[in-house]
Amino acid sequence: MYLMMTDCSVQVIFWRAVASIAWAVLLLPPITAVFVIISRFSLLHPIQAVSECLSFLTSASAIFSFILLCGVIIMVGFLNLEYYTVIPTIACSKIALLGQLLHPRQFVNSLGHCIMGIIVAWCCAITVGGRYETIADPCAQGDGSPQMCLNEYHLILLLAGAFVGFSHSLLGVIYNMNYVSFHTVQQYKYLRFKGSLSLVLKCSATQALYSVRNYIVVYFFLGKWSLSVHPLDSIAGLLDLSLLYHLWISASFLLFTWHLTLLLFRVFVTEVYSFPVQSSFTEDAHQCLPTVLTDKQPMILKFLALLDLALLSQHSPSRRSEVFSLSQPGGHPHNWNAISKECLSLLADLTQRLIAYHDTVATNGRAKSLSTGSERKTSSESSVPFILSVSPLTAPFTPDLDSPFASPALRRLTAPMDQCSPWFGTVQSPHIMRRVPKLWSTSTGEKSQALFADSQAHIWALEGLSYLVQSSFSEDQFGVVQTALPSILSCMLGLQEAVDRHFKLPHASSKPVRSASSMGDSTHKTLRFALRATLKTSIYRITTTFGNHLNAVKMSAEHRKRLQQFLEYKE
Amino acid sequence: MCSLALFPPPLPSGQTTLCESNNELLSGTTTEDRLKLSLKLHCRTESSSKAAFLDHSETLWMRSAAACSYIYQLMSFYINSPLSCAVVVPKWLSVSSGCTLALLRWFSSFHGSLFPHLTMSSEDMLAEFSQVLNWSDCVVRAFAWHPHTDKFAVALLDDSIKIYNPKSATTPTLKHRLQRSVAAVQWKPLCATALAVACQNCLLVWHVDPCSLSTRPSSGCAQVLSHPGHSPITSIAWSPSGSLLVSASPMDTAMMVWDVASESGVPLQRVGGGGVTFLSWSPDGSHVLASTPSALFRVWETRMWTCERWPCVKGRCQSGCWSPDGSRLLFTVQGETVIYALTFTDTPAGVPTCTSKGSQAAAVVADLSETTFNTPDGDIIVGGEIQSLAWDPTGERLAVLLKGDPQAADRPAIIAVFKTRTNPIFELLPWFVLLCVGFVQGEPGTEPRLMQFHPNFQHGALLTVCWSSGRITHMPFYFLSAGVPHFGLSGSPSLPRPQERPADFAKQSLFTELMS
Repeated sequence: MYLMMTDCSVQVIFWRAVASIAWAVLLLPPITAVFVIISRFSLLHPIQAVSECLSFLTSASAIFSFILLCGVIIMVGFLNLEYYTVIPTIACSKIALLGQLLHPRQFVNSLGHCIMGIIVAWCCAITVGGRYETIADPCAQGDGSPQMCLNEYHLILLLAGAFVGFSHSLLGVIYNMNYVSFHTVQQYKYLRFKGSLSLVLKCSATQALYSVRNYIVVYFFLGKWSLSVHPLDSIAGLLDLSLLYHLWISASFLLFTWHLTLLLFRVFVTEVYSFPVQSSFTEDAHQCLPTVLTDKQPMILKFLALLDLALLSQHSPSRRSEVFSLSQPGGHPHNWNAISKECLSLLADLTQRLIAYHDTVATNGRAKSLSTGSERKTSSESSVPFILSVSPLTAPFTPDLDSPFASPALRRLTAPMDQCSPWFGTVQSPHIMRRVPKLWSTSTGEKSQALFADSQAHIWALEGLSYLVQSSFSEDQFGVVQTALPSILSCMLGLQEAVDRHFKLPHASSKPVRSASSMGDSTHKTLRFALRATLKTSIYRITTTFGNHLNAVKMSAEHRKRLQQFLEYKE
Repeated sequence: MCSLALFPPPLPSGQTTLCESNNELLSGTTTEDRLKLSLKLHCRTESSSKAAFLDHSETLWMRSAAACSYIYQLMSFYINSPLSCAVVVPKWLSVSSGCTLALLRWFSSFHGSLFPHLTMSSEDMLAEFSQVLNWSDCVVRAFAWHPHTDKFAVALLDDSIKIYNPKSATTPTLKHRLQRSVAAVQWKPLCATALAVACQNCLLVWHVDPCSLSTRPSSGCAQVLSHPGHSPITSIAWSPSGSLLVSASPMDTAMMVWDVASESGVPLQRVGGGGVTFLSWSPDGSHVLASTPSALFRVWETRMWTCERWPCVKGRCQSGCWSPDGSRLLFTVQGETVIYALTFTDTPAGVPTCTSKGSQAAAVVADLSETTFNTPDGDIIVGGEIQSLAWDPTGERLAVLLKGDPQAADRPAIIAVFKTRTNPIFELLPWFVLLCVGFVQGEPGTEPRLMQFHPNFQHGALLTVCWSSGRITHMPFYFLSAGVPHFGLSGSPSLPRPQERPADFAKQSLFTELMS
């Protein structure tokens, strides 16, 4: 149903993904050419090697393997589109992480990556040529008759592809690689791509190194093939430098093409999309910013709309004037009402969430690690194994979403997929849980991360509101903002209080360790700090603009006291 | 165009400038009637021992660079020294390593000749590119007013930072293991606590609670931001909206844009220039000036972070400042004695792909070439190269710090103050008018090193000058502001300034309905 409603807007995301896949395919020929040269180059005969490379590149087998590679890239691109999320899933305990890894959906993903890994490895084997080229080698049996034997060099490469593909898929879960984060610094697509390219190359090479190391260890213990000509499961067989080099090069090639596809997908999908503030045609109304903001859309569209709101409130006076304008017959500020109402409800939701969490912590004296589900007023008593947040973003959905076979598009809507709950994945009796507290226990830092998992939306809502209020001081001709100012201020001050209290909890303010050398995005780990800073800046933006005029705004004594701190620059 | 010949002559020895009233600078001999602040000079002695010890927090990048240079030295030693004849090495090895060395040398000399600053030590580099005159022996190395309240931070020669606040009895002193060779400090706008400090190896962001009674905030109050290859940091700038921080290093061709709260930085790399030395964010937040060590500077547009290149003829851009509405940029070039101006007008706002269209060439607005004045104490030559520029937040006074010549007694470093008007009443007149006010002088034997305007002084402008003696003086210029400046040339509505004071609107009564 929602697909019909937001047809055009959903198409935007789809076409962006298609464009990113097209670029990934276009970039494949040069990358493959470089790979061919690197894998075949020999220092002793450079000219011969180059001519060999050229003749290989024009051969039929090369073209066939290239077509296969294109197919794999397209497949990877669609898997990216299928599995991406703008709200990270944060596993608060080891068991929750295990649950994520053993999820049927994740199993399908891993299987897909395994198969694609084998295909890419086969292409690599063709490309490297020589002893890797065929699966069967002619070998002489004891009686001298020619027979086909297993070529273990070929097999080791194929299995390496499967292993690297599988570990890529697992690491994707652990490092939240499917999480798409938005950047604070807006740049054109090409520049963003260029800026991240070296990082992608570095990540791919290091990850390939580790994967090959692990693979060699596994192969040493498990790789027993009776049909092999040259058994490789010995230390001497595996310490063949040329073999290790080719394994590493192939794994790097595989990971680089996949990471590149992922990078392109992220760059294209997170590009700013400018929604019209209002439209003169009623049939286009569902594409306008106020509607997109308030509708229960795919999260990505809501995020794009909020980003657009934050940018327009900051940079474009003409679009701001549309926000402040009155409807033509009637004279109602519909645009401003819809926008401010949605932003305020987002912020109020976060405040509620924080207060509820703080209350549970306060009543128990410590974080209730066993019953985090119940604090969300969710259905711990029902048979639903999953947790739905009270967020208005997710409220209207039926609980059966959480079955592993639900549509992924719908799943994406289930806002903070809070897997801190021990009920994630399987229904467990509480008695079992009490017996293994170690595995179930959650750390406050990660709980805190999970609470703020979707805070990018709140950050934009705060920025959008505060910039609009600031510019209303000189631009709002009809005083539409003025009427909402008391509620905006009390909402922000209430959130400020809740955030302050939250950061006083142990470990809530401890900074996570940043890992720069991974394709996974760790932005979500610091979202709560970003939210705290943005909240303060937003309140200051309003107090510096309005100054002592704010004394005339009605608010509670407690909020008045807090506001006074801001007016005196003491926060 | 204004030139120094139109200025009133400098004060006789013993007289110091006190303030401006009725369009002239008043002077006096006594020091009591001045807001003043003496800093302890004993901090000089502490700093000398520090350089003797190696820094333990070298990054991997720096270590590998050091290792490379060590190998390079070793190679050149063995190949060039007569010892190498005695050591039996295969012929091909010596030949090939000799070739490699020659190639390396050629490359490094080529690179060094392109960008001579890369061969400097980091202390020299900081001194060369700092906005402070003679940074290396200056007691006050950096100074920053808080953008909204009457408090300021002072970085001293011993690498400590003191925060002075007239409303509080405590004077917090900030010290950190990594806080060395402070080149710049700046308070975060729209925030009461955060202070960014540009250090030799990293960027520190201190969070100093104004209500705290502690005089020594722990180093846990500081966030450390660093990026491989991005040191020493010579300049920093907060966005006026307080959301982003940019930092520049002459060793790094990329300018870093930091999201301080999440401690993540985005490098903005452009080819050419060999580094970034000085940054200045326009008060309306739309542009950032980034000068490089070579004859080139860039003006970044902050919406999509694209830049315009501005090649200079003679030298690098030494200093620059923006008009309050962000539409005009004044800058000076090393080796020249004039002030240039550029005008930026935005395309009609609201267009998604908003790029700024600037003027095609910079216009000369003031000539500060050397001029001789006859004073009772003999001839004094004023003028020459410019160290830094400062424009007051109302856009009515421009202070220019002239370098002078430390060797010659008759060529002192001096601050020249201009009256500026950016919107003349008659369209026939040039858009920019500079009128002379006078020279600012301190006590005999002291020279100005650093200056900054108070961001929101109610009665005109307040210039704070840090002198070579370690004294900091505040100099008020009393005048009636011509009101809120008109923004832009195109007449399009523009952004309100974040530091716009509600005092200007005090007459209007808002929320009357709500009160009734």
